[in-house]
Amino acid sequence: MEYEAVIGLEVHAQLLTRSKLFCGCATVFGSPPNTQVCPVCLGMPGVLPVINEKAVEYAIKMALATECRINERSVFARKNYFYPDLPKGYQISQYDEPLAEGGHIDIETADGKTKRIGITRIHIEEDAGKLLHGEGDGEASLVDFNRAGMPLIEIVSEPHISTPEEAVSYLKALRDILLYLEICDGNMQEGSLRCDANVSVRPVGSKEFGTKTEVKNMNSFKFLKDALTYEIGRQISLLESGERVVQETRLFEPSTGKTRSMRSKEEAHDYRYFPEPDLLPLVVEQEEIEAIMVMLPELPAQKKERFMKEYGLPSYDAGILTSSKRLADFYEECVRLFEEPKTISNWIMSELLRLLKEHNISIEETPIGADRFTALLKLVREGKISGKIGKEVLEEMFATGKDAQTIIEEKGLSQISDESELLTIIDKILEENPENVERYRAGKTKLIGFFVGEVMKATRGKANPQLVNKLLKERLDK
Amino acid sequence: MDIVELNAWELAEKLKKGEISSRTLTEAYLERIEKIDSRLRAYITVCPEEALKQADEADERLKEDRGVTPLTGIPVALKDIFSTKGIKTTCGSKILENYIPPFDATVVERLKGAGAVILGKLNMDEFAMGSSTENSAFFPTLNPWDPERVPGGSSGGSAAAVSASECAISIGTDTGGSIRQPAALCGVVGLKPTYGLVSRYGMIAFASSLDQAGPMARCVKDCAITLSLIAGRDAKDSTSLHAPIHDYQSYLDGNIKGMKIGIPEEYFIEGLHPDVDKAVKEAIKVLEGLGAELVDVRLPHTEYAVSVYYLVATSEASSNLARYDGVKYGLRIDEGGGLLDMYRLTRDRGFGAEVKRRIMLGTYSLSAGYYEAYYRKASQVRTLIKQDFENAFKVCDVIVTPTSPTPAFRLGERLADPLTMYLSDIFTISCNLAGIPGISLPCGFTEEGLPVGLQFLGRFLDETSILRAAYAFEQATEWHKKRPPVEKFSEGD
Repeated sequence: MEYEAVIGLEVHAQLLTRSKLFCGCATVFGSPPNTQVCPVCLGMPGVLPVINEKAVEYAIKMALATECRINERSVFARKNYFYPDLPKGYQISQYDEPLAEGGHIDIETADGKTKRIGITRIHIEEDAGKLLHGEGDGEASLVDFNRAGMPLIEIVSEPHISTPEEAVSYLKALRDILLYLEICDGNMQEGSLRCDANVSVRPVGSKEFGTKTEVKNMNSFKFLKDALTYEIGRQISLLESGERVVQETRLFEPSTGKTRSMRSKEEAHDYRYFPEPDLLPLVVEQEEIEAIMVMLPELPAQKKERFMKEYGLPSYDAGILTSSKRLADFYEECVRLFEEPKTISNWIMSELLRLLKEHNISIEETPIGADRFTALLKLVREGKISGKIGKEVLEEMFATGKDAQTIIEEKGLSQISDESELLTIIDKILEENPENVERYRAGKTKLIGFFVGEVMKATRGKANPQLVNKLLKERLDK
Repeated sequence: MDIVELNAWELAEKLKKGEISSRTLTEAYLERIEKIDSRLRAYITVCPEEALKQADEADERLKEDRGVTPLTGIPVALKDIFSTKGIKTTCGSKILENYIPPFDATVVERLKGAGAVILGKLNMDEFAMGSSTENSAFFPTLNPWDPERVPGGSSGGSAAAVSASECAISIGTDTGGSIRQPAALCGVVGLKPTYGLVSRYGMIAFASSLDQAGPMARCVKDCAITLSLIAGRDAKDSTSLHAPIHDYQSYLDGNIKGMKIGIPEEYFIEGLHPDVDKAVKEAIKVLEGLGAELVDVRLPHTEYAVSVYYLVATSEASSNLARYDGVKYGLRIDEGGGLLDMYRLTRDRGFGAEVKRRIMLGTYSLSAGYYEAYYRKASQVRTLIKQDFENAFKVCDVIVTPTSPTPAFRLGERLADPLTMYLSDIFTISCNLAGIPGISLPCGFTEEGLPVGLQFLGRFLDETSILRAAYAFEQATEWHKKRPPVEKFSEGD
């Protein structure tokens, strides 16, 4: 029997607000333990939460960007459970009345088609602290509450995802939007973007859902793909051997590439949700939504469309250039400095991105700014150096941080465009190769390539190839 | 009359005129506490050093006539539920026995800002759960009128301290009657403001949607003065109202001619103590004599109030008290058995029986499968109770009722029977569920000489009307002038 997977993702994105969700504490990552805390986020007796308006604005941005319907009235609720990293013994979240519902984003599937993934809901909630094991004296575990009360949005998808690849595309698309909106840094290693998956399998063509498991701890795109691949395989082989899938929460272990049972349905918490009496319902007025809508930046899909139209780029190029906002910004900065959009696109795609990948750094960390990058392209256009030399210069720029001009001067890479200098070299080569000159003149004009090659060899690639061509022809044809 | 027995507004006049100093006054109260509190036990913590320092500062302020308020230099005391920076705040619980908050509650900040002198922290039922102060983890407080009896609760320490003149004014909290019921049982005035009028920030939560702080004093005017100084929007409390704050004192003119006073038949029930019934009915005659118009009103959902209250309050409490887990502050009992063991031992030994009972009730009613039948249903009925009052207030300005069905009961009498104890609050609970203001003031004594309380309930944010009605009644009667025989509590008696 053929099986298909049914996958839904629950994505938590930490919002880039300067203060926490319900208090004024800072939100800097990696500060020394318990230095970003106050009575409110420590849950001391008598404290009360006050909602961070910026977090609400950011959540609304994400809701609008994913075409969700924003509820005029949403309600905070307490999710009750005991854990040492949860200072109040409950998490303030949203439950049956979330901020936004009914959105979607489009992803590209393996066969190049567009697939729409529904977004069930987006709600606002606070993060918990972090347990540190084995760092204190003895066997005691310690708690760092710096993260407690950090603002999160939870984005819950419909079970519209069918393969691990689609799940990765979906998560990448979500991440792109978050980065475009500048509301989350998208860093999965640091946990600013986290993802859980609900996975089940069913015979192809079946309308009913199979029993699902919830898979946790997938903090990279690769782990997401590996975990889902493993989990889908595990469920299928259970069914094929006549066994049943047990509803449970499973933990992905990167070291083994497998998922293992964490807690069964029976052990699942009863969170005893009820409306948070310390906060009023969150009311979002239509004017507020409109004001945020106006501030919304161009999103990846729109930008790609515009790049194709405005710069005449093919879909593929535009897609790559808009896959990250910083890359798109870099591209447009280059276009402002150097009015050859297609040339820039070619150089970025074939050279710059390759170098970034080789050095394992992101566009944000590129040592070459748009000004230096376009300065190089100008030198190529002006014929100061050839395109081939240009690529070498770019690598050198990448490695040393020096600008193109300096590298060209230091290494003497400047193109030889002085006619008399070139003629001297050409004449010498013609003298040394009388047979080939004769064969050329007898009609074997293809030999022009041989002569150009010889000139380039003699000048170590620095000769202006167009000029060499022209001068050679003048000499040979006379 | 001993100076400590004067009303706060009278003391304020003397302070202003320079007839006495705040230091002298504070010393007098500290002496009174010293003299009687080892028996009465209204205080959990007394802060003589801090109080005298504040008194000296108040004296400076009075001398320089710099931002003097009616509370500048007045010795007050706080229910031990208000967080006080650097001063132990136990909430009547073992689990917070040694907890010292790093911040002041907004109410405390405002009192300090007004120049009040804070004498100390008052006894209460653990986490404000109870109606007798016997649920204090430390000791019961006695009723100043009869050492065999309870002062009511949960703000029993606050009521007893005011009654026995161990402070001029106290601040209590009222979730289901915890200011008004002890005020009635101790013969003082207690005001529960509209929900959201006084900030809850720093006040240790019992049931967040019901809790409200308010003043307790020996006269209506003192309550009005105090309310003006502690009320008002607080950005730290999202449920705090953006409401205009009145100079409540200025409405106290003793004139209630033409005021429509509603009498709900649901509050004059069979179980009402005959002496209470008699005193309240006589009080109503006094009101009529003052020119008020009596109107019969119906509050048909009153019979559900106690059930609704014990679902809503316990549900919220079960969540509010989850933070006491031994991890961050307060009691931790760790015998090396791991995390769950630490939770279990800490909460088992840290909480008293009533608190555990309510945590269990609340946890149950919020549980999957029960939520709809209990918490949700209770919230719906709560709306009906609110609507009862809205309808009643269409035909009257204030409602008058007894505060408590009985006078002060004997220590231990109701401890074994939680349900009877819960019924102590039968007349006060609806007011919290509806979020409206209520006040209790003395309206007579039983044959045994125990005080009886009269309750006025008002429209949402209409503190002015209940204060006016209460003041007019108070001025027309002598009950508020009686002081309990505190000699009984003196050492060596």
